[in-house]
Amino acid sequence: MNPTLDMVLRAVGVLVVFMVLPLTVGQAEHKVMAHMQGRLGPMYAGGFHGWAQLVADGVKFVQKEDIVPTGADRRVFQLAPVVALLPYLVVLIAIPVGPHGFVGATVDAGLFFVLAMMGVGVLGSLMAGWASANKFSLLGALRSAAQLMAYELPMLLAAASVAMAAGTVSLPGLLSAFHWWWIPWQLVGGLVFFTAGLAELQRPPFDMPVADSEIIFGAYTEYTGLRFALFLLAEYAGIVVLCALTSVLYLGGWHGPWSGSVGWLWTLVKTGLLAFVVIWLRVSYPRLREDQLQKFAWTVLIPLSLLQIALTGIVKVVIS
Amino acid sequence: MSPIPGHGLAKGLAVTLRTMTRRTVTQQYPETLPELPPRSRGVIGLFEENCTVCMLCARECPDWCIYIDSHKETTPAAAPGGRERSRNVLDRFAIDFSLCMYCGICIEVCPFDALFWSPEFEYAETDIRELTHERDTLREWMWTVPPPPALDPAAEEPKELAAARKSVDKLAAEARVAVQAPPAPAAQPASAAQPAKGATAATDANTKDATDPKDATAAKDATEPKDDKGPKDDKGGERP
Repeated sequence: MNPTLDMVLRAVGVLVVFMVLPLTVGQAEHKVMAHMQGRLGPMYAGGFHGWAQLVADGVKFVQKEDIVPTGADRRVFQLAPVVALLPYLVVLIAIPVGPHGFVGATVDAGLFFVLAMMGVGVLGSLMAGWASANKFSLLGALRSAAQLMAYELPMLLAAASVAMAAGTVSLPGLLSAFHWWWIPWQLVGGLVFFTAGLAELQRPPFDMPVADSEIIFGAYTEYTGLRFALFLLAEYAGIVVLCALTSVLYLGGWHGPWSGSVGWLWTLVKTGLLAFVVIWLRVSYPRLREDQLQKFAWTVLIPLSLLQIALTGIVKVVIS
Repeated sequence: MSPIPGHGLAKGLAVTLRTMTRRTVTQQYPETLPELPPRSRGVIGLFEENCTVCMLCARECPDWCIYIDSHKETTPAAAPGGRERSRNVLDRFAIDFSLCMYCGICIEVCPFDALFWSPEFEYAETDIRELTHERDTLREWMWTVPPPPALDPAAEEPKELAAARKSVDKLAAEARVAVQAPPAPAAQPASAAQPAKGATAATDANTKDATDPKDATAAKDATEPKDDKGPKDDKGGERP
């Protein structure tokens, strides 16, 4: 096939996934959260069980006035939502969906690339909080910065453990080296990675930076309309990316029965299940306090991930 | 407290998961109407035929949301030389449901049973002034008022029913006497007396039947003397 056409097709495919999956997760969150709380959730938009609720929300957001506060740093303020959203699109390109090169682009240092890009996403809310010239926004932004500092480390350490096990940092290479017994072997690392990822996405119970009831959505206080919607979309795109990454790194991605033909389905199913867990955690647990959050990262997650690295190293030496 | 660390966290997850698998109790209101108890207090209906414009409801209303206008009309004397009667005619009866607090005092206080609770509740308006409902609307709501609940099985018969039954019995007895009376003058007085006696016995039995439930309740106050009086009156009427 013509390489240019191939590239364009892959890019379009990734874009479509990027448009569809976060909305699906968002809709699933509406419904799952509602039923977990004994409600029905959206029932009217689109006719059948409110399937078009997020489309309706999008239309509403587009209609709203785009306000930039007078005291705000105009350019940075307007740029922040894009900075928050785009990294996840870029990450999605590098995540392998199925065997035989079913991936947006093969990046040799895929794991590095992916983790670095996910860190950039947090810059968006930092920019938003600083540029808003609002004390709540600044508080939120500083909290997210502190959270990024605290949780990036265990995340990297946990990911490093998988890279050690596979002997490569390329995501497709990682998957081709995967065996089923990696799941119990890397279990602790997987839990640490998932938890730290949740914290980095500022999802409940780690949503101190947005904490609507105390600092009024933190960095997003001053945002309205489409720009606010972009931040929300970034959150859901982040969920998709985190769940896809976790399933690739720790649950074997496309591995499963008949993975030769329906490998991509396995990736989707694993990602979907993890997304359900993300929603489930949000419904079940209250928000942690800021100091509890920091303490949890430094005293629990980082020791655990170091332990995982040690375990990986020992097992690796023993079996080789 | 908990033997395993993280026990509480797992419990939290279990609670939400269990709730998700259960059916929600949400009623999609405009599609499924709520099943209200029959005597729900939704809105106040006016049975304007019973209203005598005594103004008790308007005066007792704690937030003064009942508006009544009326005028007096005189009816000419029924018999020559009699006095002409004056009566109140209702011109306007309105309840402002934006003020009403649904205490039901007006319904309690109405001495002529002109106000009733109706279970109807869908009368929201987009303008607060349209919540003042006039007598025609209030009258329409009367059709949604459920019939009063049945009396206790052992309860005393309602006064209206007792009175109606008594008058019907009386008329029936008179009609029977009227049917059997014409041959009486032609026949012998003794034979004429016999059927009349029989008729009295029959009416006696009738009234006994009617009063039996009352005897069972052993309501000895107002009803007993009346019951005694009824048959006596009948007998008195039948004796030539």
